[in-house]
Amino acid sequence: MPVVLWVPAALALALVVLPVLGLLTRVDPARLPALLLSPAALDALWLSVITGLISTGLSLVLGGPLALVLARSRMRGLRVVRAFVLLPLVLPPVVGGLALLYLLGRTGPLGQLLDTVGIRLPYTTAAVVLAQTFVAMPFLVIGLEGALRTAGGRYEQVAATLGAGPWLTFRRVTVPLLLPALGSSLVLTFARALGEFGATITFAGSLQGTTRTLPLAIYNTAQSDVDAAVAMSLLLVVVALLVIVVARPKAVEGRL
Amino acid sequence: MMAKLRMIVGALVALVLLAGCGQAGQQSQPQRTVTVLAAASLTESFDELGTRFTRQHPDVRVQFDYQGSSTLAEQIKQGRAADVFASADTKNMDKVRDLVGQPETFATNQLTIVVPPGNPAHIASLPDLAAPGRTVVVCAPQVPCGSATQKVAQASGVQLTPASEENDVKSVLQKVIAGEADAGLVYVTDAKAAGAQVQAVDFPEAQQAVNTYPIATIGAAPEKQLAAEFMAFVRGPVGREVLGQHGFGTP
Repeated sequence: MPVVLWVPAALALALVVLPVLGLLTRVDPARLPALLLSPAALDALWLSVITGLISTGLSLVLGGPLALVLARSRMRGLRVVRAFVLLPLVLPPVVGGLALLYLLGRTGPLGQLLDTVGIRLPYTTAAVVLAQTFVAMPFLVIGLEGALRTAGGRYEQVAATLGAGPWLTFRRVTVPLLLPALGSSLVLTFARALGEFGATITFAGSLQGTTRTLPLAIYNTAQSDVDAAVAMSLLLVVVALLVIVVARPKAVEGRL
Repeated sequence: MMAKLRMIVGALVALVLLAGCGQAGQQSQPQRTVTVLAAASLTESFDELGTRFTRQHPDVRVQFDYQGSSTLAEQIKQGRAADVFASADTKNMDKVRDLVGQPETFATNQLTIVVPPGNPAHIASLPDLAAPGRTVVVCAPQVPCGSATQKVAQASGVQLTPASEENDVKSVLQKVIAGEADAGLVYVTDAKAAGAQVQAVDFPEAQQAVNTYPIATIGAAPEKQLAAEFMAFVRGPVGREVLGQHGFGTP
């Protein structure tokens, strides 16, 4: 590797790491425990973790099969479908929130239907989960689809020639092949759900204990108490780092 | 290797020089700029005041940055270079008291109920907001419109159970416009700015929480003289007229 590349590499690292370290300089260690244990912070952390886990589960149950279809199906128009799947990655999250609101909100076409059976999504924890899933699921779909394409379909074809039905092949061949990629994709999906902000505040609103996740609480608190907001930011950074460090390295280091 | 390095360094130097030239070019213009940090609720009225001020001072450009008062106060504390600060409440002006000149009140504002056109949930008073089955959206207590909401609720003994506590008044408005809320509490001026998209329902309890807007020149202002002139302009007859048109009370 050319030595010159170390310079931009170091700059790139500094660009990511230094601001986070800057957060640390703003923290008052004496106040930190009290700030982190405040009901607002704890409620938000709890809500974030729970909704993040549910969103990740939902992404797996729905996005997993979608990845399989994208990787294995020869349906026409699949390219367009893939473009739509990737859309949430590039859309500003607020756009996602507005889209959800105008579909599932009280005046939205689907929202009106739901309203007639007594279901209202905006301002509920379910809305938070939907917003997070909307934004985070593409990470799972891309991760899995990439792995499926890399693995190819040969093992599955062999299994089929040996007489295994589709379900048996899926369980015994496809899923085990996917496990490493599945792990890293799930982690990424969860991490993205944890950090979700724009779609949530637009679609679900912001109420402590119900819809105010950690990112929303940080934004809300920053209006009046910057120290408390910094403390919560630090909490989010630590949780996100924990998640990524614990579960991600295998995939990053290429041991797929 | 060294040749390549030299090329990269050369390109970087050229880039820096070019950027420098760009800035020098801007400075050589005869125009002066006064930078005004103003609360988001002042957007419409200050835009108009800026135009009128420039009409009186053709060589001056008024540059506005509208954000939440607390965000702006924090930026001033972090050393942002600007000339004037207009806050939506005294609390945030107090936060930067050491960094600004003498603050003067230039406007007042109070809350009103907004409902979607036609008032589908038939809301006529503040207690109506507390009736079961109504979806009400308010500002979070951390922001000025939220602390006003809290004050009004406490003074009138109405227990509000909002569906959401938004971070700024425009988000409350947006939820009412979208029909996602039966009612919201916003400032009179915001209701006015939203025009026919919402209907305002005034309530007497709003008198309990009249918000005062202070304006001050910033201590480290690059354009001290202009800053003072703009502040006087806002508090003068033109300022009163424009602010009044947008629904503000003027002291």
